[in-house]
Amino acid sequence: MGNMNLIGASVKRKEDYRFLTGAGQYTDDVVFPNQTYAVFVRSPHAHAHVRSIKKDAALQAPGVVAVFSGEDTGAIGGLPCGWLIHSMDGQPMKEPPHPILAKGTARHVGDPVAVVIAESYAQARDAAELLEVDYDVLPSVVDVRDAVKPGAPAVHDIAPDNRCYTWGHGDKVAVEKAFAAAHHVTKLEFANNRLIPNAIEPRAANALYNRADDSYTLYVANQNPHVERLLMTAFVLGLPEHKVRVVAPDVGGGFGSKIFLYAEDVVLTWASKQVNRPIKWTAERSESFMSDAHGRDHHTVAELAMDKDGNFLAMRVKTLANLGAYLSTFASSVPTILYATLLAGQYKTPAIYAEVVGTFTNTVPVDAYRGAGRPEATYVVERLVETAARDMKLDPVEIRRRNFIRTFPYATPVGLTYDTGDYEKTLDAAVKMADVGGFPARKEEAKKRGKLRGIGYSCYIEACGLAPSNIAGALGARAGLFEAGEVRVHPTGKVTIFTGSHSHGQGHETTFAQVVADRLGIGIEDVDIQHGDTGKILFGMGTYGSRSLAVGGTAIVKAVDKVINKGKKIAAHLMEAAETDIEFRDGFFQVAGTDKKKAFAEIALTAYVPHNYPLDKLEPGLNENAFYDPTNFTYPAGSYVCEVEVDPDTGVTQVMSFVAVDDFGNVVNPMIVEGQVQGGLAQGIGQALLEGCRYDAESGQLLTGTYQDYCMPRADDLPNFRIGTEVTPCTHNPLGVKGCGEAGAIGSPPSVINAITDAIGVRDVAMPATPETVWRAMHAGA
Amino acid sequence: MPSKVSITVNGKAVTADVEPRTLLVNFIRERLRLTGTHVGCDTAQCGACTIHMNGRAVKACNVLAQQAEGADIVTIEGLAKADGTLHPMQEAFRENHGLQCGFCTPGMVMSAVEFVKTNPNPSEREIREALDGNMCRCTGYQNIVKAIQAGAAAMR
Repeated sequence: MGNMNLIGASVKRKEDYRFLTGAGQYTDDVVFPNQTYAVFVRSPHAHAHVRSIKKDAALQAPGVVAVFSGEDTGAIGGLPCGWLIHSMDGQPMKEPPHPILAKGTARHVGDPVAVVIAESYAQARDAAELLEVDYDVLPSVVDVRDAVKPGAPAVHDIAPDNRCYTWGHGDKVAVEKAFAAAHHVTKLEFANNRLIPNAIEPRAANALYNRADDSYTLYVANQNPHVERLLMTAFVLGLPEHKVRVVAPDVGGGFGSKIFLYAEDVVLTWASKQVNRPIKWTAERSESFMSDAHGRDHHTVAELAMDKDGNFLAMRVKTLANLGAYLSTFASSVPTILYATLLAGQYKTPAIYAEVVGTFTNTVPVDAYRGAGRPEATYVVERLVETAARDMKLDPVEIRRRNFIRTFPYATPVGLTYDTGDYEKTLDAAVKMADVGGFPARKEEAKKRGKLRGIGYSCYIEACGLAPSNIAGALGARAGLFEAGEVRVHPTGKVTIFTGSHSHGQGHETTFAQVVADRLGIGIEDVDIQHGDTGKILFGMGTYGSRSLAVGGTAIVKAVDKVINKGKKIAAHLMEAAETDIEFRDGFFQVAGTDKKKAFAEIALTAYVPHNYPLDKLEPGLNENAFYDPTNFTYPAGSYVCEVEVDPDTGVTQVMSFVAVDDFGNVVNPMIVEGQVQGGLAQGIGQALLEGCRYDAESGQLLTGTYQDYCMPRADDLPNFRIGTEVTPCTHNPLGVKGCGEAGAIGSPPSVINAITDAIGVRDVAMPATPETVWRAMHAGA
Repeated sequence: MPSKVSITVNGKAVTADVEPRTLLVNFIRERLRLTGTHVGCDTAQCGACTIHMNGRAVKACNVLAQQAEGADIVTIEGLAKADGTLHPMQEAFRENHGLQCGFCTPGMVMSAVEFVKTNPNPSEREIREALDGNMCRCTGYQNIVKAIQAGAAAMR
């Protein structure tokens, strides 16, 4: 008994055994009796009228069960967008229909036009080849800068200028005034490159209809099965929610891309009733590239006004954000609420104003990808700050120190209130760990080898655990942002936890078990975590935005505390003491000041075998649930230091050293937290050096549609990261935790680009900083 | 036309009719229902489908089932001992947090086992280069490299 050292312990993961032995169960591993298989026929054009679809040949092909196209889906609603943004003129954003299969017009390469269902994948693929779709190709636009030009092809009739919204945030007048009085203005114009998430498990779904009770079961690779169910039943299919069970079993990575309700999920669910057979679809990787929601894709002009000492006076940001061809589930909120509200960064800049044009293009919808808005904001702030230091001939560490927020709580001019932090402490720790003092010698030594060495910093802030629901609602959220948890204590004192959070690599089965075992004073092996099934879990908002431990974990803690409180009542009865005299510690209910005590398992047994029990006052059983709606965001922050070497002959950049010091509040499992940081850094460095989605401007074709064209980070692209932690506990959740999932991807890109621009002595290098890009930057104007 | 193939998979002889176009990975997953071998791409890049075929690590998405006629195949399900004890490389991945979502993991482990057999004492750089055919999106590879170093030591 007693596990007093579980919090802060690198407990090995409970989930690993099944993953290591091939016993994980991912969506594509599920096969139902009488299974059929679906293949989606997708638009090969960026923009086209679908003149006709001839199905006869496909329908007559061997094994074909059904073929459906947009016209068959009749009155089924389009996919909804979960966040309403208003333009500066007060008008609501333009919300064009997002049909589950194209109706009349296809708007991006990969837009699903029809689905072929057959007895086997091979037969469905063969038949899909026989489907005759007659397209009338239309002019298309893929780049945001082109899309907002007068006369650009309109993606939707209801938005003839391709603007979904023009949103403003902050005090424009105060910012203009500060700029007018500034000693110096640092200005940069850059893109935040478009990324393709690429979880290694492709999206997949398997839908089953049961005529006996008119119910549906959908297995789907998804990060939030209750949200998926709610959106699909209430907003698209009009099905009764209690007749639909959504299961997200083991999910092979999400990074945001599996938050959303996708057309394929809805088509399969609907069609499973039409054919009265289970239907499975698993994306081929090429489909993932052209149908998973992409990330980032901003074009920004950013300016920072300073006084003569390098104190920040104001920031002004104008961003064109690519939303793609349709509004994906949370697309509208990413470049607005999750972006402009973070532009204060770690600094006390008194006035900030941002303007964002959400723009439709003939590209795959863009939505949340690891960090979602916050990497884009951090890139703006930290590229500006580093460049400002160079403009002002100040040390980049010194200019940051000069402008750090030092008193908490701190209300930023962009709407957030940071509860706690110590930015100088994380920066000091990073500077020390990176041996910044030794950099000049390393630079000199690199020079002897013919390499240009540079150093770059980034001090990021992020806002996690989006909350509270009522404030989010006032900002346009169409969903609640709480989390739910249930604690089921079994008669023997073993515990099953049901959580609305979803684990797709984060290790909740271990971390959450540590939290519960610690709080109940029982063994971690006595706690199991269940998630990802609307048939088991009471409710849930799922996992995204680094929210699981801060919000989902807190919901569990609240339910555990209810269990303890009920246990105290039972213990008081058994030991004939006043309830107020019962203390719960180390797994025992004890009468204060005496040695009379009862173990947790004894109380559990009493609750289920209530012979000596206050039945007149207390229900039997020991099972509690809780919903937790946070009072604020959490604010993880950190300081990153990157050193690179550039080969001046080839432009090849190598990351020589990367130090990350993060403040995630309290840490439950340092091993898992470090793993999250390492993975985030790999994605951030991938964005900075390797990854970039490209479309052909003329044809709208996706040029980076395979792993041969889209450069994923591989093991030999990355260094060993050095990771440190500083702790200022979050002030408003009982665990004092802030969230760690996205930090690495948020903080790292600007540090890499700051290091490269330092190495080669240029003002800016575009991401991804490929050898060609770096070489050209070095030789521009030469 | 379908034709008969006879393969030994995880020590068990199997004979089945397969179409000429059936990939070995589909045969393993769909016919044998050994779903630990994963498919992450369709271009033989990601390595999630890596298995051992006659002692060599191969990408099962890049082999036709009929090409495996007579082959001795080991999948991730066949790596641990019959009593469930993990192979030293599996244990090293667990011990070093070399996995997160678990999807690339079977391929990583199968690649690592074969690599270490040919290079029992690899340097970090050699491991990173050897992993060129296996993608992981979760871990940033650092702990995978550590795991393979530890697994190599345990297998020596």
